[in-house]
This record gives sequence, C-alpha cells and structure tokens, in this order.
Amino acid sequence: MSRGKVWKYGDDVNTDVIFPGRYTYQIMTPEEMARHAMEDLDPEFAAGAGPGDVVVAGKNFGCGSSREQAAACLKAAGVRAVVARSFARIYFRNAINLGLAVLQCDQAVDSLEKGDVVEVDFSAGEIRSSRGTFRFLPLPASVLGILEAGGLLEYTRQKLGLDKKE
Amino acid sequence: MRGQEVDVGRTLSEKILGLKAGKPVRAGEVVTVSPDIILSHDNSVAIIQEFRKLGVKKVRAPEKIVIVLDHIVPAADEKYAQNHKSIREFVAEQGIPHFFDINAGICHQVLPEQGFALPGRVIVGSDSHTPSYGAFGAFAAGIGRTEAASVWATDEIWLRVPETLRIDLSGRFAPAVSAKDLILKIIGDHGAEAANYKAVEFSGPAAGDFSVGARLTLANMSAEMGAKNGYFAPDEKTLKWLEGRAREPFQALVSDPDARFESVLAYDLGTLEPQVACPHAVDNVKPVSAVAGLPVDQVLIGTCTNGRLEDLEAAARVFKGRKVHRSVRCLVIPASWEVYRGALKSGALAVLVDAGCVVLNSGCGPCLGAHEGILAAGEVCLSTSNRNFRGRMGHRDSGIYLASPATAAATAVEGRIADPRVRS
Repeated sequence: MSRGKVWKYGDDVNTDVIFPGRYTYQIMTPEEMARHAMEDLDPEFAAGAGPGDVVVAGKNFGCGSSREQAAACLKAAGVRAVVARSFARIYFRNAINLGLAVLQCDQAVDSLEKGDVVEVDFSAGEIRSSRGTFRFLPLPASVLGILEAGGLLEYTRQKLGLDKKE
Repeated sequence: MRGQEVDVGRTLSEKILGLKAGKPVRAGEVVTVSPDIILSHDNSVAIIQEFRKLGVKKVRAPEKIVIVLDHIVPAADEKYAQNHKSIREFVAEQGIPHFFDINAGICHQVLPEQGFALPGRVIVGSDSHTPSYGAFGAFAAGIGRTEAASVWATDEIWLRVPETLRIDLSGRFAPAVSAKDLILKIIGDHGAEAANYKAVEFSGPAAGDFSVGARLTLANMSAEMGAKNGYFAPDEKTLKWLEGRAREPFQALVSDPDARFESVLAYDLGTLEPQVACPHAVDNVKPVSAVAGLPVDQVLIGTCTNGRLEDLEAAARVFKGRKVHRSVRCLVIPASWEVYRGALKSGALAVLVDAGCVVLNSGCGPCLGAHEGILAAGEVCLSTSNRNFRGRMGHRDSGIYLASPATAAATAVEGRIADPRVRS
C-alpha cells in the first residue's frame, strides 16, 4: 500500500523529457538523478515530488531511448507507481527490473487529476481516490517473480544461488 | 534444425526464438533464451556498476559481449574520460575479445560491418536502436542496463515472442525520395505506438530493391514505432553484403508464406514525397512542402539512421558545386570509419568539405545532446537522426526536424527547410 499525490501528463511521454540525454552518460547517485527527473517536461516536478506519489499518463509512456535513469529517477524522486494506458516496451522492462510499479488502468487515467491524493493497493490490485476505486491490469506472470524478488539484480542473485546482499 | 512441418506458418521471430528455446513457439509465449550477442556502448560503465552489485566475478560468456565506444568519442570531459577508462579496464579484466575503441564508429554500423549482425541471430543491446540488425534478418531488441548486467552474469534473458505487423512495399521511389521518407511517412500515419511490443516485417515486391543501408534505416527507425524488432527477410543482397564479413556460419531464416501476421499495411513508394518530422515528436510528420522555407541554424547529416556511405553520397550530390548557407552550421558524421574511408575514396567527403560542412569523428555526435553541436535556446536543427524529442539536442526550447540526407543537404544550402527535388 502506498499513498501520495498525482502528477498528470499526456500521451507519449518520452525518456528524453523524463531524464535528459545531456545527463545520460554521467554517473549519478539516485538523489542526483531525482533532481533532474522530468526536467524538460515539468520543471515543478523534481522539487514537488514526494514519497508515494503516482505519475498518471496516457499511452506509450517512456517511449524513446533505453536509458534506465528514466525509471530510476522517478523511483528516486519517491514515485511509487506510474499509471498509464500503455508503456513503451523497454521502459516497462526497465521499471520492473528496478522495482518501479508500472500499472495499466484506463479508468484511472480518465478520472485522476493533478494533485489528487491516491492510494495504490498492490495486493488488491486497486488504485483508490476520492474520485473512485480503479482496478489495474494484473502484471504478467513472467515479470511478477522479478518484482517479488525486489528487482532484477536480486532476482538474478537468487537464480545464481548467491546470498542476498544486505 | 527442426523438421519442416514444425515451422509451418511461423513468422521469423517465432522461428528464431523457437530454435533458440528448443521448442516450437507462437506469438505471446514467453521464452528464456541464451542470446548470441550482447551489445553495449559508453553505457557499459553503468552496466559494470550493476554487474558489480550482483557479486559475480566473471561474465558468463565474454565472447558474446560486444562493446563499442560511440556516444561521446573522443571523451568530451573528465567524467566521460573516466567512464571510457573504466570500460577499457573492465574489458581487459574480463577478457572481452570484441571491444571497439573511439576509432571504430557507431555500434549499429560497426556490428554489421564486423560480421556480428547475422541472419537468425538473437541480439540484445542496451541501446534502443538495437532493432537495426533486423536489416539482416536477425532478431534484435533493446534492453536496459540492469538487464544487460544480468545477461552478462547469466547468459540468459526472457523474451515475449512478439506478434508481427507486416508492411508490404511496392513501386519505386521518385528521385530524391528515400527510405527515411518512407519510415517517417509510416510513423506519421500510424503513430509512435503503432508497433509497441511487436515485430515489424518489411516485405512486399519492393523489399528486395532496398539496399542494405536502406534496410538498416527502416529497421533502425522501427524503434520509433515502439517495435521490439524490425526486420527484412535475408536475401541475395544480404548474403552478398555479408560475404567476407560474417564471423560464423548462419541460417537465413524467413517467415513462412502462411505465417500469421497480426496486421498488414501497404505502401506504394512511387506516391511518396520527402517527409519531415516536426518538433517535438517523431510521429508529427508533414510533407516537406508544408514546412519548406523555415529557417534553420544547424543541419546534422549522420547517426545510426542515416550516416552510411550512400547517405553521404546522396548529400554530396546535392552539395556538388554549392555551399552551405552562411547562416547554417552543417555537421557531417560518417557512421563508421569504414564509411569514413569509403567517403574519402569515393570523393563524397571532398564535396562535403568543399561545401563548408564540418566533418566530425564517427560516433553519435550531438544526436543525444551530450556534445559536438548542442543547440542553444530558440535554435532549430534539421537532422537525419531518429528522434526529435524536446531538449534532446540541447536547450529545451530548441527544435529538431527529422528528414532524409537529401533534404538535409538541400536545407543546408538554402538555410531554410528545402525540398531536395527542387534545385534553386
């Protein structure tokens, strides 16, 4: 369960505006990445985002480059989930691999507005707000194992029989 | 190879992934496969960082890893220099045999030239334009850096077998119209999400007429429709191009005639005019006539989409006896050193330099906004690259138009977006 506010955007939000290319090949800490999150889309985002927040957007969220920072920077900014009509495929994989929830739910996208307070209940598969309760599509079985392990690195460590790192 | 009946009615992606998985598969199934090639570039340094977190000492299959430095070459500052240094040290430590330093070119040109991109191969790369290798009938898809680290450690990846969108091509291009105009038109018509999660097969009676370079342009930009992989069936042209390059024997798999395609589009090349993708989306496409006359500050001819010899020669034909407009900076970046040498020999480079173009080292250049021609606020660039998202090449208030090499050259001469079919 998480609770936070909604940041609302449109269709085809691309990875260049989520995390600009001019920073892509600089090694950054998660905190530094968070400071540049959404820099070319919404200059208010980085300062205003907090734990439990949810990004709500239209179709094809995360299209463009394979840069993983586009998922990492949102997670580092506190975003718990991105709710969209659909996701670009590499973004979807990157988000899962980093443990950032990517949820498909047309009704939530239709109803939620910027600033709404929402709860995401992962076990019930629901997004709740004063505007209603919305069910999101269950994630495919192929990726649930990765999310349950806490991301791909942990999943791979388990697969290789290595002990979990602290 | 399995019996013929097992493969009846399967697409190229179903066949390749089925062979790899050791069982017949259909679109929608998830398979775990061991890829043939794992590509990365300057972002290898981030992959190394994730790989170290795994606590694994050695990469599983060093001979499958191909690393090409191409994004910021030579290093533009101390940070990039340290990144390159860390990558070189890792390559030595792990005994990775296939490493290409700053004097090779863009990964998506170098892998084909060096015979890694072969029909029937499964290639994953931590770059979104990895689908380029579909030009040779490979199954090639982009992944992220954590995923690449995991594949380095395990030699395995899960992939969902994609449904396939087939695009049937017929007719012939009019003069000064090329593959770039076609793919921009397709993306403009059907949107940036048209092929999300899907394979795109470029097919039809005209497919065989496309040069290997033009096939690379189309497969490369299938990524801008969201495609997982985009490809041409390998044919005589493919085999001839690979002669003397292919590192290993390969099997030239193609889709069965009765394969199931999710949908089919058709394009008549003869009806196309030059196209331009306008800011700030690749699917915001207009015919060049609709935007002709718009002043530009910079022109970029190069990148993994359009930096090949035939692209530089198309630009040189337009530049012959003419000059870059005094208000324009025209940057030329051969996609690889092989292309660079080819353009030296063919004389194309001399034409471009005489016209006043600035020739840069083979690499990604300013395409992703890291160096070598960054845009200031309010500036406009017309580029032969593949993305025009807000702020990609510099300031968030700059604008990028995407077009073919011929349109780019005509624009550089005029100082305004120009139709390459019209010679002033």
